Amino acid sequence: MAKTGKHVAEVVFWLGTLAAFFLFPNYLLLGSQIMITALFALSMDLILGYAGIVSLGHAAFFGVGAYCAGLLAKHGWGEPFSGLLIAGAAAGVVGYLTSFLVVRGQDLTRLMITLGVCMLLLETANRFSGISGGADGLQGMQMGKVLGLFAFDLYGRTAYLYALSVLFALFCLARRLIDSPFGLALRGIRENPRRMPAIGSPVARRLITVYTIAAVIAGVAGALLAQTTQFVALDVLGFNRSAEILIILILGGTGRLYGGLIGALVYMVAQDRFSGVDPQYWQFWLGSFLVLVVLFAPGGVLGGIDRLQRTFRKK
Amino acid sequence: MLGSFAVILFDGLAYGTLLFLISLGLSVTLGLMNFINLAHGAFAMIGGYIAAICMNRLGVPFLATLPLAFLGAAVAGLVLEATLYRRLYKATHLDQVLFTIGLTFIMVAAATYLFGPSQQPVHLPAFLTGQTAFLGIEVGAYRLFLIGCGALLTVGLGVLLTGTRFGARIRAAVDNQRVAGALGIHVERVFAAAFALGSGLAGLGGALGIDVLGLDPTFPLKYLVYFLIVVAVGGAGTITGPLYAALLIGIADVGGKYYFPQIGGFIIYAVMILILVLRPTGLVRARGRA
Repeated sequence: MAKTGKHVAEVVFWLGTLAAFFLFPNYLLLGSQIMITALFALSMDLILGYAGIVSLGHAAFFGVGAYCAGLLAKHGWGEPFSGLLIAGAAAGVVGYLTSFLVVRGQDLTRLMITLGVCMLLLETANRFSGISGGADGLQGMQMGKVLGLFAFDLYGRTAYLYALSVLFALFCLARRLIDSPFGLALRGIRENPRRMPAIGSPVARRLITVYTIAAVIAGVAGALLAQTTQFVALDVLGFNRSAEILIILILGGTGRLYGGLIGALVYMVAQDRFSGVDPQYWQFWLGSFLVLVVLFAPGGVLGGIDRLQRTFRKK
Repeated sequence: MLGSFAVILFDGLAYGTLLFLISLGLSVTLGLMNFINLAHGAFAMIGGYIAAICMNRLGVPFLATLPLAFLGAAVAGLVLEATLYRRLYKATHLDQVLFTIGLTFIMVAAATYLFGPSQQPVHLPAFLTGQTAFLGIEVGAYRLFLIGCGALLTVGLGVLLTGTRFGARIRAAVDNQRVAGALGIHVERVFAAAFALGSGLAGLGGALGIDVLGLDPTFPLKYLVYFLIVVAVGGAGTITGPLYAALLIGIADVGGKYYFPQIGGFIIYAVMILILVLRPTGLVRARGRA
């Protein structure tokens, strides 16, 4: 019974994202940004929520994807889908290479390594400003039409549906992955990394695989941002973006796939509302909110709903 | 060539000294309570602002603001430790990271609200400005002053930690909390004191560093990476580890930016990743830990 209820909720959720296209025609640009952030949060959930890798540099892959797609589009390769694939592959390569550093060591070492890799990339993008545009950002992209039919428009209609379809496709993929024996092994590693080798699970190899997959997805998210906004700023690689995506995922709830999506929705809408009122002090509210969540509401929005359901059922 | 090398070594040492002062508290928090405190830079900022405000608005001379910066940051550390930090010692690293990032954001926004987003000016007394001859080379007087302060404080800390009862308690608690508790050491109280001391030193470092590192509301985020690098590279829970790491990184950073301006920014991160890959627990390993 509970399972069908969950399925109904899932169908309603995805229909809702489609309905939003017709209900909020003036907010489609924001909507596509939410989809992109949701995809980024989903990739973070794979490594943090399922594999238990704490990363403070996940923006590295987002940024690689964004710059890759942006540079392709700037130099004449405007076809969006192949751009996404190439950007995802590039981010995946970086993810694979750095994963060997990340699987070693404990939480603090991992934090530092991920952070360091991201800073190195940021420094690179800043230094080679002739290619990346440096602090002014990468401009002058010529985007082709999606499927050769739909051009990116000012209202974000194409961007919204494009981002939504990519998000949906990758979400299904991630879900399939999590329900597979591989996904179970990841959860086992998260719960007890010492016992997993004893039952024959190759911990390092599993972590390298999931880290690479997460990097690909983050790269695709970055590429989507570059393609839909036709601009790449240096801050795609910044510390703030890495911290922000962590916050978004925690806000929604880790280790449940939908956590990242809900978190992105709540966070982006709140940011849109609050920063309009008080852009300078958005950080203050964000900070207080984080402190309160950690102290009083572990598990984020979805964790809170779970708890409510449980108390409700007891009565 | 040799002269410029000596100057770089000197500037690097001064820079490293600052990093050491600020990072030491972080090392103690990590080593003693296994707590990842990303808000540590905020205590340095508190110290910096106390010094800047006392100097620029109240006209207190620079040297007199230093103890005030130490005290202010130490009190802030004591209060926050007792009210907030203590509740999260047993929490997961992820919770600690989130909590302290949140705290940092709050402090950054508060500093922006109170003091505005611009850099704070610093008015050094005349004898600390300009160049001075030291062992035959021309060096910045303020850099010399920094190294002197750093050396004094390091020696003082060494005496405090190895020669006093308080220091023995801290070392015992770092080495093995449970046995220390069984021996009648009030680990919680020792930790509160160590936290306050670490925050105070960070505050002092922040005040001393206005002229070198600058001071604006984004200070805690801008230098967070450096402080973390010092602790991660040096090895948490030790005093000598962060000292070596801070000096190494100070010299590598200054030297890298001077000799290889094209790639100077990379060197510090590359050094960090290399050391962490070779020695995941840092340069100096804390005793009693595998």
